[in-house]
Amino acid sequence: MRIKIFTLIAVTLFSQLSLAAPKIQHWTTSNGARVYFVPAPELPIVDVQIVFDAGGARDGDKPGLALLTNGLMPEGAGKYDAHKISQTFDSLGAQFSNSSHRDMSVISIRTLSDPKIMTPALEMLTTILTQPSFPKSAFDRERKRLLVGIEQRKQSPSALADEAFYKAVYNSHPYAQLPGGQKESVNAITLDNISAFYDKYYVGRNAVIAIVGDLDRAKAENVVNSLVGRLPEGAAVDDLPNVPTLTDAKTIAINHPSAQTHILVGAPGVKRGDSDYFALYVGNHILGGSGLISRLSDEIREKRGLSYSTYSYFNPMRKNGPYTLGLQTRNESAEEALKVMRDELQKFIDKGPTAKELTAAQKNITGGFPLRISSNKKIIAYIGVIGFYGLPLDYLDTFNEKILAVTVKDIKDAYQRRVQLDKMITVLVGGNEI
Amino acid sequence: MHIPYKTHIVLSALLLPCLVSCASTSDVADKSQVASSGNAAKTSGGGDVAEYKLDNGLKILVKPDHRAPIVVSQVWYKAGSSYEKNGTTGVAHVLEHMMFKGTKSRGPNEFSRIIAENGGRENAFTGQDYTAYFQQLEKSRLHISFELEADRMQNLMLSADEFAKEIKVVMEERRMRTEDKPKSLTYEQFVAASFVNSPYHHPIIGWMDDLEHMSADDAQQWYSSYYAPNNATLVVVGDVDPDAVATLAKKYFGPLKPRAVPVLKPQREIEQKGVRRISVKAAAQLPYLLLGFQVPVLKSAEVEWEPYAIEMLAYVLDGSDSARFNKNLIRGSEIATSVGAGYDMNSRLQDRFVIDGTPAQGRSIKELEEAIFAQIKQLKDELVPQKELERIKAQVVASKIYEKDSVFYQAMQIGTLETVGLDWRLMDKFVERFKAVTPEQVQQMAKKYLVEDRLTVAVLDPQNIESKQPRHPSSAGGSHAH
Repeated sequence: MRIKIFTLIAVTLFSQLSLAAPKIQHWTTSNGARVYFVPAPELPIVDVQIVFDAGGARDGDKPGLALLTNGLMPEGAGKYDAHKISQTFDSLGAQFSNSSHRDMSVISIRTLSDPKIMTPALEMLTTILTQPSFPKSAFDRERKRLLVGIEQRKQSPSALADEAFYKAVYNSHPYAQLPGGQKESVNAITLDNISAFYDKYYVGRNAVIAIVGDLDRAKAENVVNSLVGRLPEGAAVDDLPNVPTLTDAKTIAINHPSAQTHILVGAPGVKRGDSDYFALYVGNHILGGSGLISRLSDEIREKRGLSYSTYSYFNPMRKNGPYTLGLQTRNESAEEALKVMRDELQKFIDKGPTAKELTAAQKNITGGFPLRISSNKKIIAYIGVIGFYGLPLDYLDTFNEKILAVTVKDIKDAYQRRVQLDKMITVLVGGNEI
Repeated sequence: MHIPYKTHIVLSALLLPCLVSCASTSDVADKSQVASSGNAAKTSGGGDVAEYKLDNGLKILVKPDHRAPIVVSQVWYKAGSSYEKNGTTGVAHVLEHMMFKGTKSRGPNEFSRIIAENGGRENAFTGQDYTAYFQQLEKSRLHISFELEADRMQNLMLSADEFAKEIKVVMEERRMRTEDKPKSLTYEQFVAASFVNSPYHHPIIGWMDDLEHMSADDAQQWYSSYYAPNNATLVVVGDVDPDAVATLAKKYFGPLKPRAVPVLKPQREIEQKGVRRISVKAAAQLPYLLLGFQVPVLKSAEVEWEPYAIEMLAYVLDGSDSARFNKNLIRGSEIATSVGAGYDMNSRLQDRFVIDGTPAQGRSIKELEEAIFAQIKQLKDELVPQKELERIKAQVVASKIYEKDSVFYQAMQIGTLETVGLDWRLMDKFVERFKAVTPEQVQQMAKKYLVEDRLTVAVLDPQNIESKQPRHPSSAGGSHAH
């Protein structure tokens, strides 16, 4: 039975490679916004995502500022209050959303493509983008809600671990700060800070617009022009500082009244477009990126029953995002589980994967390619990232061949240069027994 | 990395995955499909789903969706936590874990390795009313999923060694999901207080004491009782031809033998005789409130429209950003920092209408509860304006179209309805019945069901988290060696 299955793999894998990725159309508006567009006429839906280089990394000495600015945009715009705005979207069945992360702040909408619905939905979106009014009452309320969110973090061992991890991995780099901010920094934010942040960062040259859906190029251009045409061109933002590499290992242990200890091990990893990215990505897939069959899961979960979830991942960002290995285990097993995780990482750095493991990983990643682009939601997520980080337009077309080009030697070489256990941060959050 | 900002605590995530609609495809014209494939009996069709049944009782539901060259395949078993007996709670979910541990011809995790080598994604989930296993694959590889699922439907090897390791993993899962999450812990005890004799009383993951005393034999008994083709439904959605799928399914699942499955007792929840209130003390920073009202669901409703009108109640209070809780309690009076309402009309047994929330800074649980009851009183005293209902209906109509962007979600809907014993064709009727709900019916539901005698209240009473300081100074410069 198995042999039969594997013969078929060879055939299907081969035919798979000829599958075309969606063709991305790209242009730049007169005020500097970069547009990435994929027509998808199959469903009467249009998705639009506007991404600004205006995430928590731009907070300066006011962590929480980017998140609060982004969160306040639908709380009042032009002549409309928050309720009128939400009512308008709701009565059209349009779904508005916003979010803010370390690198980016995002505004997006999903609407039906019927002009009777899409036109008024996009008009309201334009008002939010170009004329947010930042009402004082909403500012006060949303700031309080942010403070409650900060309290909530304190009751979550995983949130506490995450916070301590970024702080230790990034020290004085902007990535060290939480986008959600701290009590003191959030209390210090003023409405003037919000307006100034918006004026500086929500500008044409700092915007990327991704569109996927049931419209043609001409209509897409109209949509873009009406959405961001009125945004001032502004200035491209300064480059973020490079992330310093760690010089020493450091362990941070935080007491928390929990049954489990949450463990994170890591260091600065890779940035988007990094020349080592594919080698590290495929290597990590084998070590801890492929769920139940990864080495970490096999050793920690399958063989020893120490954890429900153990994983590792590179999070490529504008600058070197973190390489993180994680697990959570009952307090009395923390030391054992940490040792296994560290040993597995060291073994992987020293010896790399086997040729068999590499082939299996390559088959998994490339064979799963059609799943990556099987819905409008997934496609817009990809082109948003491609646009925001300036990845090549053929990123998806060449994805599989880059994965297949990775060798055992590439992985070993990249891990030895980029991942050093004696220069990593270890965070433990949990009970007294650890 | 995703830090959602303007997101309420979404009850649907906490309960079952369908607060906002559990049906679809209203706008697809009914087309009757009567042709027989000659391989499996094709009994009927509705919407664009083809239905077949093998001689051994396996039901097959196929929905073509040709947008992308992929396929999702799900095997649903009528065997969830509400089928369990006291003392072995959690066994449905434990067995789900054991299903990856190998068969007579395949070793532990070989299932996952084969799917992975084929570029597939796979997993499983256990609910109160079902256990389901799924794979997503490039379309030409569907047969691999069938071959492996058919194998583990009848040939699972439950070794004591593998069980001993996996039960520890499940206990870790319970610690992660429940023990160390004060809100989840409160929710678990809230559910137990809401249901006295209904098997919805106990948590899906099982009580820790039951997990500690579970044996491989318990899992084996569960497997032998419920894992049979006549107790399963195969759902396939994707770039496929239904008849070809039925032929392929017959090849792999056809040889499996049917067997008698246990007949469930009704276990109807007793009539509640007054409000129930509990408090849960846990290490936490913030208080948390849960309110649950006993209400009928589609399966138990004596009046067909009632569940749709109760669903409408959930939308009026918390269906979207402009809904009343958001407008009045978060924005207006600023009493809540988050507040939500949820209802799952597709439960197998009588369920609850649940409201949960966290008070704003400086506000109390009592104030929040009173504010919620004031909203409920308004629903009883005044008809919901027609315009407000129209806005909600517009959202539901649009979301039915948005759902088509996900083949996985479409398969979920078909599988859920079929497995709880509702006709999957109901999903075609959802929008029509939901749109027929009147302001008077919404008011009637509030008066009839959102009453004290049907209410359970749970409050998380936060206990000080004392240890926020580093236990010992971090050893800067020193490596952490073991």
